[in-house]
Amino acid sequence: MSGAIIRGKVWKFGDNVDTDVMAPWNSLGASWEERRKVILHNRPGFVDQIEPGDIVVAGENWGCGSSRENAPANLKELGLGAVVAESFGRIYFRNSIAIAFPNVACPGVHAAFDEGDELELELETATVKNLTKKIVLKGQPYTEDMIQIIKKGGLMNVLKERFGTSTS
Amino acid sequence: MGMTMAEKILARASGKDQVKAGQYVTAKVDRMMCHDSFPICVIALKRIGINKFYDPDRVVVIIDHYFPAPTVAMAQAQSLSRQLAEEFGVKNHLGYAGICHQVMCEEGFVLPGNLILGTDSHTTTYGALGAASAGIGVTEMNYVLATGELWMLVPETIRFDIQGSPGPGLMSKDIVLHIAGTFGTEVAQYKAIEFLGPVATRMSLASRMTLSNMGVELGAKFAFFEADEKTIGFLKGRVDEQVQPFGPDKDASYCAIHKVDITGLEPQVSLPHNPGNTKAVSEIEDIEVAQAFLGSCTNGRMEDLEVASKILKGHKVNPKTRLLVTPASHRILLEADKAGFIQILLEAGAHITPTGCGPCPGGHMGLIAAGEACISSTNRNFKGRMGSPEAEVYLGSPATVAASAIEGRIADPRNYWQETTL
Repeated sequence: MSGAIIRGKVWKFGDNVDTDVMAPWNSLGASWEERRKVILHNRPGFVDQIEPGDIVVAGENWGCGSSRENAPANLKELGLGAVVAESFGRIYFRNSIAIAFPNVACPGVHAAFDEGDELELELETATVKNLTKKIVLKGQPYTEDMIQIIKKGGLMNVLKERFGTSTS
Repeated sequence: MGMTMAEKILARASGKDQVKAGQYVTAKVDRMMCHDSFPICVIALKRIGINKFYDPDRVVVIIDHYFPAPTVAMAQAQSLSRQLAEEFGVKNHLGYAGICHQVMCEEGFVLPGNLILGTDSHTTTYGALGAASAGIGVTEMNYVLATGELWMLVPETIRFDIQGSPGPGLMSKDIVLHIAGTFGTEVAQYKAIEFLGPVATRMSLASRMTLSNMGVELGAKFAFFEADEKTIGFLKGRVDEQVQPFGPDKDASYCAIHKVDITGLEPQVSLPHNPGNTKAVSEIEDIEVAQAFLGSCTNGRMEDLEVASKILKGHKVNPKTRLLVTPASHRILLEADKAGFIQILLEAGAHITPTGCGPCPGGHMGLIAAGEACISSTNRNFKGRMGSPEAEVYLGSPATVAASAIEGRIADPRNYWQETTL
């Protein structure tokens, strides 16, 4: 994953999109089919419109709210390639790293993209390009430790390497 | 160079003399708090062959989100929680004592200067006792349970100096809703907060816990009050340790210092669907409420029940409205009963539920229907938070909830109560 280029079509969201609309409480234990229906239910139809690898560009405080890891996990399972936002709710942000789902903070990103533009993200340097409009932005890069977690496919794999004995 | 409370704690926890905001450290965690998701953590650890915790004595498990179990699946999970705690040597499985944050504080699992991580965003509550406490997800908790440590960014700190004279009807909840409305719900993103100033010093521990609890609604990682004589008084008899005062160095450096003057501040209400969407209660148009909810880790303490019972005494809950009261812990329910508050609330027509998170995160015991509005003493009014996505949640203080229950619409608590808890 590290050094990887992530490219995808942009879907835009505003400020303060919370964890509860990404993973409503009463959907938490449900089947994927049921859970999928209500992901980002503040934007009806979204889950049926996107294609694997598409990227969310969001405003301030994406993922504010709950500690539920299901929020970034749902977005990852939906097939989104990454989220690039002005800023993140901190627990969501940490959770996204822990499950190896690329989320990069990039001030100015919301104004630099229209929906449907093509975004290219170079993860290691947090370079964000609007390929449609030929704009290049510099996001806030992950630390080396965070990159290692993402490279290894998440924190559970780090733990497995350090302590684990079985993979069953 | 002086250090903030966050810097002091993270320096100690990472074995350093000095740390500065912006630095990454690996910090040893003093306590891990797990709620209903405990079995999810343990099963994931067992799957990769990890069969013991770093230190089971640091782990506290409390079941609150789904207590009492509304489904057989939840009952099974709770049974499993007990079994796994025993298997992993966790002595402090507190079962159904109440909402995790209240129980952590009142049962003596929080000390000033501690670093505590919990699988719940409102873990910031323990900042009211001078602890650095934050929510994390289950995967990070797995890591902490296995290793006893976690990487952390030493946060910058914002200081809110709360000053002025409170008017009638005001509670600490009004202050935090006012801060969210004025400074925005991302004001403290990735940062720590220190609530200082004469009003903060004057506040009861219950009032402080409301602010620290909603620190996460301001984006904060930690939300501190200084540990002072009141804190030491609160902890007396709850902890064995000799507790010392704890605060920032005088020459600590802050990324921002905001003065919050509460003189003339009216009771506040946050409109759907964000806690920062705040207005003075007198500016709220006519909103009928099908449900009034008094409880949660934000506002389910004795002080809150006392104010509500003062307001509701001799009144009846409006026939169009249901008033649900969920004490933050079983201990509080017992104390409120002894103090006569429960009797007053029942006579007014309130329904008292067992302790737990109840409808606050949309779990059970009082969800709201499409088209209904709820005035709630909880912390979040996100779309769909307490039930239907077509319902509306308004946040207010326990006083505002009680007054609204009487009138059946969002009401000004000053119509019934001229005092203040501040």
